[in-house]
Amino acid sequence: MLSVLCGQAYAQSNPANNPPSVEQLQKQLQQMQEEFRKQQELQRQQIQSLEQQLQQLKQSQTTITQEQQAIKQQTTAAPTNNADKTGDPIMDKPWRITDPIRVSKGAAFMDIGLVGTLAAGGSTANDLDDLQIGGHDPNQRGFTLQGLEANFSGAVDTYFRGNANVLFAIDGEGETFVELEEAWLESIALPGNFQIRAGQYLTEFGRINTQHPHSWSFVDAPLVSARFLGSDGLRNPGARLSWLAPTPWYTELFLGLQNSQGSTATGFRSDGGHSHGGEGAEGIPFSFRHADNNRGIKGFDDLLITPRLATSFNLTDNQTLLLGVSGAFGPNANGGGGENTRTEIFGADLTWKWRPENHSGGFPFVQFQTEAMMRKYGTGSFDWDEDADGLLADEDGDGNPDAGQLFDPATGLPAILAAEKLTDYGLYSQLSYGFRKGWVAGLRFDYVTGDVASYQTMGLLEPDGTGGFNGVFDKYRATRYRISPNLTWYPTEFSKIRLQYNYDDRTDFGIDHSVWLQFQFVLGAHAAHKF
Amino acid sequence: MKRIFTILLSALLGSALSAQAASLEVVATTPDLGSIAMSIGGDKVHVTSLARGTEDPHFVDAKPSFARILNKADVLIEGGAELEIGWLPPLVDNARNRKIARGGEGRVDASEGVALLDIPAGKVDRSQGDVHAGGNPHYLLDPDNGKIVAKHLAAHFSKVDPANAAVYSKNLGVFEMALDAKAKEWSGLLQAHQGAKVVTYHKSFEYFAHHFGFVVVGQIESKPGIEPSPTYINSLIPKMKEASVKLVIVEPNRSKKTSEYVATSIGVPVVYLPILVGGNDEATDYIKLIDSNVRSVAKALK
Repeated sequence: MLSVLCGQAYAQSNPANNPPSVEQLQKQLQQMQEEFRKQQELQRQQIQSLEQQLQQLKQSQTTITQEQQAIKQQTTAAPTNNADKTGDPIMDKPWRITDPIRVSKGAAFMDIGLVGTLAAGGSTANDLDDLQIGGHDPNQRGFTLQGLEANFSGAVDTYFRGNANVLFAIDGEGETFVELEEAWLESIALPGNFQIRAGQYLTEFGRINTQHPHSWSFVDAPLVSARFLGSDGLRNPGARLSWLAPTPWYTELFLGLQNSQGSTATGFRSDGGHSHGGEGAEGIPFSFRHADNNRGIKGFDDLLITPRLATSFNLTDNQTLLLGVSGAFGPNANGGGGENTRTEIFGADLTWKWRPENHSGGFPFVQFQTEAMMRKYGTGSFDWDEDADGLLADEDGDGNPDAGQLFDPATGLPAILAAEKLTDYGLYSQLSYGFRKGWVAGLRFDYVTGDVASYQTMGLLEPDGTGGFNGVFDKYRATRYRISPNLTWYPTEFSKIRLQYNYDDRTDFGIDHSVWLQFQFVLGAHAAHKF
Repeated sequence: MKRIFTILLSALLGSALSAQAASLEVVATTPDLGSIAMSIGGDKVHVTSLARGTEDPHFVDAKPSFARILNKADVLIEGGAELEIGWLPPLVDNARNRKIARGGEGRVDASEGVALLDIPAGKVDRSQGDVHAGGNPHYLLDPDNGKIVAKHLAAHFSKVDPANAAVYSKNLGVFEMALDAKAKEWSGLLQAHQGAKVVTYHKSFEYFAHHFGFVVVGQIESKPGIEPSPTYINSLIPKMKEASVKLVIVEPNRSKKTSEYVATSIGVPVVYLPILVGGNDEATDYIKLIDSNVRSVAKALK
């Protein structure tokens, strides 16, 4: 093959033995030009003919739809109001519940979907708010409305698409509250495989943080994400740039910049935690130090920076692997004394899915998903003798020092804490097995723990507020694990019923058992399944 | 040295030329669309099909690798009629490719121009099962619709790649001739069974039955997408017997136990017909898919 090509090249590089005459060449050229014109004409005719065919096809379809519409209108008793006609065949088509709800003014469309999630159950624990630390976990005996989530999405124009998620829920006191979970716009096609998203969005960190609770495989949030990324997930206003690498396999790089303050920036400059949920609620200040670092945004350093790299391989035709590493870096609320204290969260995730080539309705399948995280939380130094009188505070004036402050039993003086770095770890691993159409069995293992810090080894005590004393115990960093088997039935893809058991083991609290039954329904547009 | 250089150069040029020969990167959601695209595009297109022929085209895994495939595509052919609604949209969103975005010059909805069956009339809601408001999306099992799609693709390829319009037009002619030749053979094979009553598992064979003159009297599924209960099946069987059903037609990935129970109870054969190219060993391209299905049915009804 190569020698043939080479031979051709050689032949071309040598002038022919008998050079043709000028007339011959001119004639040849004329012939070729004539040939070329003919070809061009032929192609032009063919294109025209094909275009006509396409046009006819489209027209015939329009005629069919019009005929169908005419028939439908004849058979419908209700009179049609011509004033409502927009002239747009899509909008003029009578709406049916299987259609996405479309709200239109001019050429703007929007898909609307509602997902309602309800749980019922109970637990041996009496502190359910601390046991179920996810913001939308079932958190009381009896019934919990975990949320009614409204999703609005659609193309904004030729450059952007928009998305908003608004969540309605009822807290333990029966108060309805509303959360703006997400509201962002995203570029449709920037050059260079880039994409920009801006607005309020769930930080691209690992797997579970970007998923809305209704698409989780378990009733509640994994402990590690609820503890490190917040009871409701890490989300804040900001902007994210992503790049789809031109590699043969899938590789995507993300770089996010978000505000680092506010109640949904748990672990960063969150000033007291999210208003509902458990551990995360007053999970800051960490480790018996005040959090009052509300210094606003002065520079780049005051923002939350979140890089992520995700890559995926198809191991076989039936097995897909997705790997990712994520980071979240930003200032935290602990440096009350003017110190620039920072938090660094690192994460690694792995998702493996098997789905056979002859599946029906997506079943059977096996999916394994795991995420491990490490958090390094820098604390500022802190003197518990805030008013410098050498005594512990007694604001309620009952003669006993208030709870939640530390002192040194050796000297009897309020404790002085040095700045230090607290390291915490955690992971969850979950396995889902769709063993027959509509049925999924799941098993999840949760584990969170923290390195022992110097404030824990100094022998400090904490008053209980009534004259007694406790040792230093930080339940927001204590070791804890949980095992959760569950079974889910999807009557259709628009509803599900899930039964879950949680075996909890918390340091200093002991073992608890909980059982939850969850119901979910989808109305209107149902977002497509992502990997 | 010079000789080696010449060899290398010609090898490089050779590979560059062969890469250039396929001028369009075409992605089809299903392999039957992919097969027709290959017939029309010939060596001027490079075709990738996302779904496999054996899987349920409604529930394809949205593998991240698809985003990269769509990122490079010049043309995306979708079946339309909500066939891919459960998995394609986020992939196209992440592909960041203007050509194949909705309304893009490279986006082809193959259902355009096809007279779709089962368009629900009157009041429809999800209590009636997974009803496709746009109509039944399994239209390619009618070879006449295959021809409509082929014409559509030839027109579209010519529009985005006018330099090769003559090739696409010629390939369309070849494809149509091959299909016409087979169509005679097929009607010969099934002539004797015109009007035969059949029961199917899911509404996947409406177009096949419509084209070849079978009457679909019911489904094993109680409602579209809803698996039947034993009670439902037991009420179905006497009705099917009464209607003198001749055949049970089932996609290969459905429950064989249920299908065979129904067929045995009625006392008729059951055939497993793939709905996509690659759905069985014989269905290696679009014409062979129809051919395999026609022969299976003819053999079962003999």
